[in-house]
Amino acid sequence: MTSVRTLLEKPWIWSFVGALVVWLATVAFTGGYGAGGMVTAALSLAVFTVIVGVGQMFVITLGPGNVDLSLPANIGLASAVAMKVMGGSDSMIVVGLLAALATGAAIGAINYLLIWALRIPPIIATLSASFIIQSVDISYGRGLQIKPPPGFADFTNWQVLGIPVLAMLTVVFTVGAALALQRMIYGRSVLAIGQNIRAAWLAGVHVGRIRFLTYTLCGALGGIDGALLAGYFRGANVDIGNEYLLASIAVVVIGGTSVAGGKANVPGVWGAGLFLVLLLTMLNTFGVSAGVRLVLTGLIIVGVITAAGGEKAVR
Amino acid sequence: MLRGLLPALSLALVLIAIAWLNPRAISYFGFNLMLNLAIPIALATIAQMFVIAGNELDLSIGTFVGFVGCVTATWLRDAPLIGIVVLLGSIAVYALLGALIHLRNLPSIVVTLGMSFVWQGLAILVLPKPGGKAPDWLLSILSFKPPYIPFPILAALIIAAIVHFGLMRTSYGVILRGSGGNAAALRRAGWSLLRTKIVLFALTGLFGVLSGMALIGITTSADANIGNGYTLLSIAGVILGGGEFVGGRVSPIGAVLGALTLALAASPLLTFMHIPPDWQVAANGAILIIVLAARVLISRRER
Repeated sequence: MTSVRTLLEKPWIWSFVGALVVWLATVAFTGGYGAGGMVTAALSLAVFTVIVGVGQMFVITLGPGNVDLSLPANIGLASAVAMKVMGGSDSMIVVGLLAALATGAAIGAINYLLIWALRIPPIIATLSASFIIQSVDISYGRGLQIKPPPGFADFTNWQVLGIPVLAMLTVVFTVGAALALQRMIYGRSVLAIGQNIRAAWLAGVHVGRIRFLTYTLCGALGGIDGALLAGYFRGANVDIGNEYLLASIAVVVIGGTSVAGGKANVPGVWGAGLFLVLLLTMLNTFGVSAGVRLVLTGLIIVGVITAAGGEKAVR
Repeated sequence: MLRGLLPALSLALVLIAIAWLNPRAISYFGFNLMLNLAIPIALATIAQMFVIAGNELDLSIGTFVGFVGCVTATWLRDAPLIGIVVLLGSIAVYALLGALIHLRNLPSIVVTLGMSFVWQGLAILVLPKPGGKAPDWLLSILSFKPPYIPFPILAALIIAAIVHFGLMRTSYGVILRGSGGNAAALRRAGWSLLRTKIVLFALTGLFGVLSGMALIGITTSADANIGNGYTLLSIAGVILGGGEFVGGRVSPIGAVLGALTLALAASPLLTFMHIPPDWQVAANGAILIIVLAARVLISRRER
């Protein structure tokens, strides 16, 4: 029983419980039809939220006010860059992925440059940057080859025994992210800065360098996400990343990461990502209208966060 | 001292740029046109300012303004009593959110993020496709043409004066700002933090309702997505106006000036500069960055 109790005390368990409840409700509604297919679809779609969610998690963990609002614009631009570099040819897939990664990383670096040089809140800095990125994307994406090479499209849709390969790779990536967070100097520094930036600085943490790395990392993840999305949906467009602004923040917080910073949770991002996708599937299966679906999504997010409760303020 | 003048300086800078590019725009008629949407933007910015004063953030104000707009263009015209009850009820929902956030110690970013879906969904349910019509009394208020001073400027002055008096000059206004500045001290002094949170959120709801109504009074018809841009615009307005995310440091006059700056920088200035439509969004971002950079330069010199 003690193992169950320790499990229940983990902040991330609730997002998985939520995902399971939503899945069971949907399966009960369809009478068991499509239960496995639903999991496959949920895994494929959750991947994209999880990748940007992990980036956003590192940024949010840096402390109050740290958030990257430029992710949607970043995803849009990187998807266009990736598709253009690949140019529909299978031999250029790796180069295209690297180009998307570089675009994203550059955007992240610029974000931090604005925050550091202008000393403005990250919300405003990343917001202003996203305006500019959007324009670059609109102007660059005009009359562009936006279809992915067939090999890349197949790869992003590839499944083995009903499990998307992309999801497996993302699990490996998130395990790496969790190790980086808990076991590496970089991750411990991020947590220290989030808990108390001044104490971290006095303790010899390279605050500026770590923050720069974190924003760059988040940007790079946004970039790679854009390329993968363009492959999965067989084409890039300006609006491809729009839903990931709210989704990336929502999975981080529903997953048990503290918005006040200094406390992060990687498994919760997966649970919350699956929860959000399955929630959407459930509401679609029930056949509710767009308006009702939005209202229910919102109420459930508020309900989940209320049930999970906030932690007592430390400071 | 100079720091307090920054919001006014930013506005002056944008005005000078416009006057230089197109002198004819600086006229009674020109201001009426250019500041067309300034009233709803200023009201939404003030709404955002109240939650920011309490160290919270409202990411749902944009979709809320859209929801209010849809109600205004439908029920408030066809069945005024129901319309009024719904709008008052939505302010009560804001007050309840404040209570919930305080009692359960929840992050306001996430709660309002969830609420932004709720308001958007409700707006679509009220008005599934663009349309509706503003009530006639609202249209006549917003097409008011006072002598000498253009109406948007007059309205902005009135809004700024009222909120400045309420928040900066009354004793309960000090308590409200104090809840963001030093909550622990207020609690020890015997003030209810639950009550300050509820009041701040209710004020946000009230000004959100005013913003949505003003918006429909200008555009005459509604659309469920009409307010979506207001979330980010309102946050930018508060910050441009010298507000800060923590510490209860906000300025109603600054917020209104910030909103006017954004309203002017958003389209009239760019049209006069002959910036192609592709790059207008980028120019918006660039203007925001330039204004903030100027602020850093001035603050640094003061130190």
